Amino acid sequence: MTKVEAVIQPSRFEAVKEVLAELGVEGMTISDVRGHGRQKGHTEIYRGREYSVDLVPKIKVEMVLPDNLVDAAVDAILQTAGSGKIGDGKIFLYRVEEAIRIRNQERGVAAL
Amino acid sequence: MFTRKFWIKAGLLALFLAVAGHAALPQTTGSDSQSERIAKLEQAVAEAKGSADNSWMLMSSALVLMMTGPGLALFYGGLVRKKNVLATMMQSFALMALVTVLWALIGYSLSFGSGNSFIGSLSHLFLRGVGAQPDAAYAATIPQQTFMVYQLMFAIITPALITGAFAERMKFSAMVLFMILWSVVIYDPMAHMVWGKGGLLNAALGGRFPTLDFAGGTVVHVTSGVSALVCALYLGKRLGYPQESMPPHSVVLSFIGACLLWVGWFGFNAGSALSAGSLATSAFVATHFAAAAAVVGWAGAEWLRNGKPSALGAISGAVAGLVAITPAAGFVSPMSALCIGLIAGVFCYWMVSRVKARLGYDDSLDAFGVHGVGGTIGALLTGVFAASAVNPIFKDAQGNPLASGFLEGNYGQLLNQFVGVAIAWGLAAVGTVVILKVVDLTVGLRVSSDHEIQGLDLSQHGEEGYYWEVSA
Repeated sequence: MTKVEAVIQPSRFEAVKEVLAELGVEGMTISDVRGHGRQKGHTEIYRGREYSVDLVPKIKVEMVLPDNLVDAAVDAILQTAGSGKIGDGKIFLYRVEEAIRIRNQERGVAAL
Repeated sequence: MFTRKFWIKAGLLALFLAVAGHAALPQTTGSDSQSERIAKLEQAVAEAKGSADNSWMLMSSALVLMMTGPGLALFYGGLVRKKNVLATMMQSFALMALVTVLWALIGYSLSFGSGNSFIGSLSHLFLRGVGAQPDAAYAATIPQQTFMVYQLMFAIITPALITGAFAERMKFSAMVLFMILWSVVIYDPMAHMVWGKGGLLNAALGGRFPTLDFAGGTVVHVTSGVSALVCALYLGKRLGYPQESMPPHSVVLSFIGACLLWVGWFGFNAGSALSAGSLATSAFVATHFAAAAAVVGWAGAEWLRNGKPSALGAISGAVAGLVAITPAAGFVSPMSALCIGLIAGVFCYWMVSRVKARLGYDDSLDAFGVHGVGGTIGALLTGVFAASAVNPIFKDAQGNPLASGFLEGNYGQLLNQFVGVAIAWGLAAVGTVVILKVVDLTVGLRVSSDHEIQGLDLSQHGEEGYYWEVSA
């Protein structure tokens, strides 16, 4: 099992969610996050006072997948979330030791 | 010790003496002849009536402004995604400023100056001659300046209604230019035709096709609603519509906005009596009853279809009912108002939930589905339900009231209503296409896709409605 964690542009989220669902990804956890990599932020002005906003909004998608799905899921994210511009985001992969469904204590891939 | 009773008695005695002394005063100066005293009395009565009317009309003017800001601004602001909330509210607010300036310079004159059948004149340019003296053709008991500022509030909210159709994708600069042109090319002529002296459709001042439109069903709601549809079609859909879900970011804001609209509408409709008498009461009552019936209609239809009545459905129904009763208030009885509201509530629900999806246009906030459709239904039903007992608008040479609406046997009135509606549709549709083309070729209509994705708050105004802070 592998945990796929992708930080992407909010505007691409709907498309990413859709292709992942088509691949058979059954669940995911989403968070509204702010952050920055190399992408520069923007300035906002309130009554003449400038505020530089360097933390820009992103969506973090987290999901744990059986290993046979991981490559396809990563490819799908790359294709749908990528525009070739700075700010597209990143994908991180982690090995997962165990998964347990709380309702019935199923373990491993069956719990995903 | 003096008891409370003592003080009350003493107070009453003092009051009595004051009143008696005051009443005695004219008699002590009393060399006036009978006729002079009657003339003075008549003048005093006229002044008192003028003051009463004026206070209601100033109050109504303020209520109608409240419909745009904060009413409509909140209603629309809550319906968009949160990245566009400020931009959407700003469109309504900007119109409060822009249209006001325009009205003072030229708008009032073009709408209410005496001109030809289609448009006013330049006689009141820069508000020349608009002062404390009433203009008896419009409202004999209030200063023309009051009439002018009351009408201004209508000129503000009408274009603000259109902003719902192009929400979340139009450039602010384009909106400004579009609205300036729209006010002059569409609103002013339409207001003149229906309400201006000698206007083609004016029912009270001898129009060719006397269309009954008490508070602006054609002038305000049909023109704005049809223009909204044209805008939605011309600009195209928002990026991602309809595949992505774009639910309202805060129905709570919309809820508050709709309630303010309902209250403000009393100024809009009852104020259109242009006086504080029983006609204003009749319009007030009809307005309230139609709104209530439309809530029942829309939310009830939703309940039957989806199994749940929604808050958004209930408030949308109220607005639809208020729109539909706008031309009819002041002409119809409370029972007719209930009918009009119920019909509008159900029909607008059907338009917005079924027909829009089938036709596939993206009228973001349903400006057409509610104002265009509701306004058209209301204008036609006014011709059906208008009652001479409520408002004897048509009279014979001896001054006896004639039949008003279809149900009273004045079948031709329905035709006149059709003519009024058709002219409003035609002028709004053709005029809006031309204006959009002009704006498109000069400043460009739509924001870039990057800006649309980023949201109009940031891309157009450099602000966020909900600033995100890292808490310390």
